[in-house]
Amino acid sequence: MSMKKLMTIAAMALAVTAIAGTANAETAKKALVFGYAVQDLGNQYWVKVAEGVKDQAKEMGVSVVVMDARTDAARELANVDDMIQKKVDAVLLSPWDANSGANAVAQANKAKIPVFVLDIGVASGDIESLIVSDNLGGGKIAGKYIADMIKPGAEVAHISCQPGYVIPALRGKGFTEIMNQTGMKIVAAQSADSQRAKGMNVMQNILQAHPNLQAVFAENDEMALGAIEAVAAAGKSAQVKVVGFDGTDDARAAIKDGRLAGTVAQVPYEMGKLGVKTAVAFLGGKTVEKTTYVPVELVTPAK
Amino acid sequence: MKLSFGLLRGTGSLIALVLIVIVFSVTSPVFLELNNLMNIIVQVAVISVIAAGAMFIILTGGIDLSVGGMVALAGVVSASVVRSSGSPALAIVVCLGVALMFGILAGALITYGKIPPFVCTLGIMSVARGLAFVYSGGIPISNFPAAFRFAGAGSIAGVPMMVIIPIVVYAALWVVLNRTPFGKIVYAIGSNEEATQLTGINTRKYKIIVYALAGLLTGLGALMYIGRINSGHPNSALGYELDAIAAVVIGGTSLSGGRGSIVGTIIGALIMGVIGNGLNLLNIDPYYQSVVLGTVIVLAVMIDQNSKNQRA
Repeated sequence: MSMKKLMTIAAMALAVTAIAGTANAETAKKALVFGYAVQDLGNQYWVKVAEGVKDQAKEMGVSVVVMDARTDAARELANVDDMIQKKVDAVLLSPWDANSGANAVAQANKAKIPVFVLDIGVASGDIESLIVSDNLGGGKIAGKYIADMIKPGAEVAHISCQPGYVIPALRGKGFTEIMNQTGMKIVAAQSADSQRAKGMNVMQNILQAHPNLQAVFAENDEMALGAIEAVAAAGKSAQVKVVGFDGTDDARAAIKDGRLAGTVAQVPYEMGKLGVKTAVAFLGGKTVEKTTYVPVELVTPAK
Repeated sequence: MKLSFGLLRGTGSLIALVLIVIVFSVTSPVFLELNNLMNIIVQVAVISVIAAGAMFIILTGGIDLSVGGMVALAGVVSASVVRSSGSPALAIVVCLGVALMFGILAGALITYGKIPPFVCTLGIMSVARGLAFVYSGGIPISNFPAAFRFAGAGSIAGVPMMVIIPIVVYAALWVVLNRTPFGKIVYAIGSNEEATQLTGINTRKYKIIVYALAGLLTGLGALMYIGRINSGHPNSALGYELDAIAAVVIGGTSLSGGRGSIVGTIIGALIMGVIGNGLNLLNIDPYYQSVVLGTVIVLAVMIDQNSKNQRA
């Protein structure tokens, strides 16, 4: 058979399956449309969740519109309003914070559109399911890893995300619990607003007040990466172990170079996929779990 | 008499700064250590350089809301240039050039396009931040050669560039503002633009130069910012426009233009930096920090205003 013939047959086969596909979808229902309202595509983490959402949607024949709130709660609300206008079948939401999320959920509730929250959580409103990393457990994992590297009574610091962020605060809670159990001294607990530059400043100030500091837990990797710059600038890289949370590419690279002691990696891509799967299952009439935990994993130079 | 006026303005904020320093010196044993004072200067370096440009703009009666977005854009673009070309010199030129171009654009739109500065720079803020996201795909670009990081992480004879650069910038701008015809024209435009124009001065030209200068200084700030944290991030410098304006206003510059001193601006920046540093040293609960910061800023401006009334 000539190449041309082969191609023709292939094209015909494709056309037939395409027609069959449409027919199927039409008999079942028209194709589903999801909206994904994401808090900040400036953060690698959310970029990966969005990729998971898009890939899983493509796999399941769902079309998805992604709208970025760019860290602005007002824009987030506008985005969800736009999705309601578009009459999406489901809203997937990664809110800027639990309160802004509650406002967005209230709008969707009014329009009777089911909401699936990916991470962060919402303060109020009816959602079908919350898909979230095991943040409390992850904070404990970070705490245990740190406790194994230092002796009881050692000075440690805790750098947190913006005050009022519920989910990162769970990481901090898990970490604090382990520090208390193992007899470590948390000498500083300060916020660096999730940002690298601020993380560097705050770390510099903490080191100034506590020169004997031995370990730091930052509630996200951006702040941890800022902290290691401050530790390096103070010439204390050998003394102070820094552990982050999220598992971004930058953090993994820093762990490989030995600059960062470790991070607790979330699997944001899987979270995105799970969000779409859950929403499709729900719209297909299945019951879904109220909360689904996506497992976390410790990343260290050893692994 | 004129000179003393220029020097005196902002002394109110200096009193506030001294009071804050005294409070922290008493409450934290490590606050007054040379190392910590150096830390504070390093921590306010970026915002002080940017605020210097913002101050010129505010002197002309304008405002600049675009600086945060411009730092992000100039940052990610130059970060990717240095990573792909391997040439720190080229990347530095790109960083300064991008910000300079946006400054000139803002100046042209405001003067020839007759768009109010608030709206124009608000638009540029959004466009620049957006372009930073588009360009980087939302992913930070990190790890640069030492030469590219020099402005942010380098030092000369043990003194960090983050200390040297602001000192040089402020010294130069003090001369420009107080010892050159250009400086007099900047003040004149802010006091009465029409009258200045009637004396035959091309105010539009000078305003474009002012926005270009501010753009250049923002580019320099971006270079310091990404050099320091070794990463260009589209979310960099969030809220810096307000921090810069706050530094200028805390430093005694009038938001309606025509009055203010460059010395006041650096004091304004230092006040904010000292508060942030002191709150960290004292390990104050983050929930209370923004309350303290806001209160101290208002008190500082109150002290400045009262000291002015007494002089008047």
